[in-house]
Amino acid sequence: MYKLSLQRIIMILAVCVIGIFYAVPNFVQNAKTRLPSWWQPVNLGLDLQGGSSLLLEVDLNAALKDRMQSLEDSARAALKDARVRYQGISSGSDGLKVKIEDANARAKAITPLRKMDEGLTVAEKDGSLVVTYDEQALNQIKSKLVEQSIEIVRKRIDEYGTNEPIIQSQGYGRILVQLPGIQNPEEVKILLGKTAKMTFHLVDSSTTPTEAKRGKLKSSSRVIRGSGGEQYVIVRKPAVGGETLTDASVSFQDGAAAVSFKFNNLGAKKFGEVTKNNVGEQLAIVLDDEVISAPTIQTAITGGSGVITGNYSSESAQELALLLRSGALPAPLNILEERTVGAGLGADSIKAGVFASIIGLIGVIVFLLLAYGLFGLFTSITVFLNLFLMLGTLSLIGATLTLPGIAGIILTIGMAVDANVLIFERMREEVKSGRSIKDAIETGFSFAWGTIFDSNLTTLIAAAVLFYFGSGPVRGFAVTLAIGIVTSLFTSVTVTRLIITAWFNRFKPKALPI
Amino acid sequence: MTMLKWITKDTNINFMGARKFTFLFSTLLVILSCLSMYFKSFNFGIDFSGGVLMEIKANQPINVEEIRSKLSVLKLDELNLQTIGEAGDELMIRAQAENADEAAQRKAVVDIKQILGNSYEYRRVENVGPQVGDELKTAGIVASVLAMIAIALYIWIRFEWQFAVGALIGLFHDIVITAGLLSYFRFDFSLTTVAAILTLVGYSINDTVVTYDRIRENLKKYRKMPQLDLLNKSINDIFSRTILTGITTLIAVLPLYFWGGDALASFSFTILAGLIIGTYSSIFVCTAFLNLFDLRAVEHKDENNYFGSIG
Repeated sequence: MYKLSLQRIIMILAVCVIGIFYAVPNFVQNAKTRLPSWWQPVNLGLDLQGGSSLLLEVDLNAALKDRMQSLEDSARAALKDARVRYQGISSGSDGLKVKIEDANARAKAITPLRKMDEGLTVAEKDGSLVVTYDEQALNQIKSKLVEQSIEIVRKRIDEYGTNEPIIQSQGYGRILVQLPGIQNPEEVKILLGKTAKMTFHLVDSSTTPTEAKRGKLKSSSRVIRGSGGEQYVIVRKPAVGGETLTDASVSFQDGAAAVSFKFNNLGAKKFGEVTKNNVGEQLAIVLDDEVISAPTIQTAITGGSGVITGNYSSESAQELALLLRSGALPAPLNILEERTVGAGLGADSIKAGVFASIIGLIGVIVFLLLAYGLFGLFTSITVFLNLFLMLGTLSLIGATLTLPGIAGIILTIGMAVDANVLIFERMREEVKSGRSIKDAIETGFSFAWGTIFDSNLTTLIAAAVLFYFGSGPVRGFAVTLAIGIVTSLFTSVTVTRLIITAWFNRFKPKALPI
Repeated sequence: MTMLKWITKDTNINFMGARKFTFLFSTLLVILSCLSMYFKSFNFGIDFSGGVLMEIKANQPINVEEIRSKLSVLKLDELNLQTIGEAGDELMIRAQAENADEAAQRKAVVDIKQILGNSYEYRRVENVGPQVGDELKTAGIVASVLAMIAIALYIWIRFEWQFAVGALIGLFHDIVITAGLLSYFRFDFSLTTVAAILTLVGYSINDTVVTYDRIRENLKKYRKMPQLDLLNKSINDIFSRTILTGITTLIAVLPLYFWGGDALASFSFTILAGLIIGTYSSIFVCTAFLNLFDLRAVEHKDENNYFGSIG
């Protein structure tokens, strides 16, 4: 006979008490603020609490193109150093092509080209050398780009100031941003939509934009658009890079909003030198490939700080300052998917879900009492217990409850009863075939177990697949379903067994009440 | 004390006697479902088709035609307006931007908001790019197929291959007919619907496993009983369980369909339909299929559970 040892009773009761304990915060008002951080209600998904979710894609191609472009500059320098004559050089996102007609010169160029960066391979093709990154290096570059992007996205969103944002990498080159409580994500989208790469370039005064277009342009210079539509010719190589900025904030100059910035030591030193050597020249401030202003250098600036003036409102100055503070994105971001749920709809969904659950619960309990009498009461107890244990587990592991997740809970209520039904029906059969009550209870549990295990495991397989392939709400559903299967096995087999054995020992019944 | 005693009464129904009729019936349903899927396709949600979805709410009933004409100045494809709920103060707007790329869709959202103004509450704004839609479609199909294979493998490990094939045919039958119903009644087919279909896969297989377990047990217990009688007896043995579990799950899910809100309508419909079809198929498809083989000639795996018992 199944032994009702003290140890076993204590263990089962302990699990129940712990589960209920962790479920309690879900029934406390304002639990988030009133209870300690280790004792919190279950997290609500964005579909229930309202908020915005953005799926971003790092534009790796654009970033690689940038990288190849700078590699092109290094290649020019490297070939010059090696005294190799070349007929042309071009770059794309996948590599660099250097045209060298002379075979000897080509052979001579291979080593210096390969040494430009780690992980480069150089191949000969139709009188040209093709420089590409090998696969390992390329993957490294890409994963670093994504990592950096996530870092910058996090900084920008932190600066913007939202409650408990979730920023995580998802799939290949994707970033998922979840912003609870944000009803209108337009501002955030604008913040994330800019790479905010700022550099300082000297303006090339040896030519004018119009002349440059006719062909009078040094290879070290290029034509660039200004924010007012005008054109500038600037030196390709930045005089000072934006990565040396340490701080930026809004300031006011003659009543107009402006953005003041500070350099770190290295940047300050560079900026001091450039301004000292180029008094009277123009210095273009370039943001995202557009000149935002090009003041003339009056005197050497050695203090390591400066001010950008332009046509700024205090909002747009604020925005630029935030972008500069949080740093430049290494690659542009595309928004692939965007979902916003209003707080009103979220609250309505919770209300509807909870209401449907309660009605379902009442219905199931009434039906169980009608069908099984006393054993129906036992089952009802385990159904309630299961509900608490599910909520407790979800809260404890910090899972996220979504609307389909609530549906999963209701579904588990129905399915958990199946285990009890299997057990009770088996007992009934065993009694009918002439076994004693005690034996029937025993066999009921042991025979039904194999079936219960098989049928729950198959559902667990479905849940696992859903978890792996699903995202957001569907994933929430898979988690609730899986947890529900495990807790219901415990309540409807282990706990039911405890209750029935205790009942049997206490009352020594002559017949099963089913 | 137990008022619903009739449910747990012993039955002796000749289920297998109806197998020719139910075979025709199932085949017909599968064909009709395929036809519906072919001709009517699915009412794919933006999860799969990509596009823009908005739900707005006003203080008074919304005039759909007025909004339609207001939005007609925008270049939108497949603009679909539909009121939600009984009060008529909620409206669902679905559309595709003309070039269907992410940027155009983003602009469409901004444009719609600008035209409609601030007098509405924007309860839901979703924008799924075509790329993500395609990926989700693939993921949904892969997930369903994978779940079926994994489950069939498990059944194969625990039973014999005839059982695994029977279970798989039953699953296929359930999925096709449920999908056919979703297509025929134009239910929104979204990611949540796929989740519901996979849940029904779990439920239906659950039912089948219980039946198969009993068949295997009876094969050992009644070595002389004719196969058809044995199958019948097995189903009758557990018929009260089938009904009890079916009804409890039904009772649990029905309120979800009626009061769970718009977002769960297609989810709970799928579960409800799957529940009924799954119960039917365990008896009339999965079990009837087994009758094609001589089960006594098959060497049966040990029915004792490898995993011990819990206690």
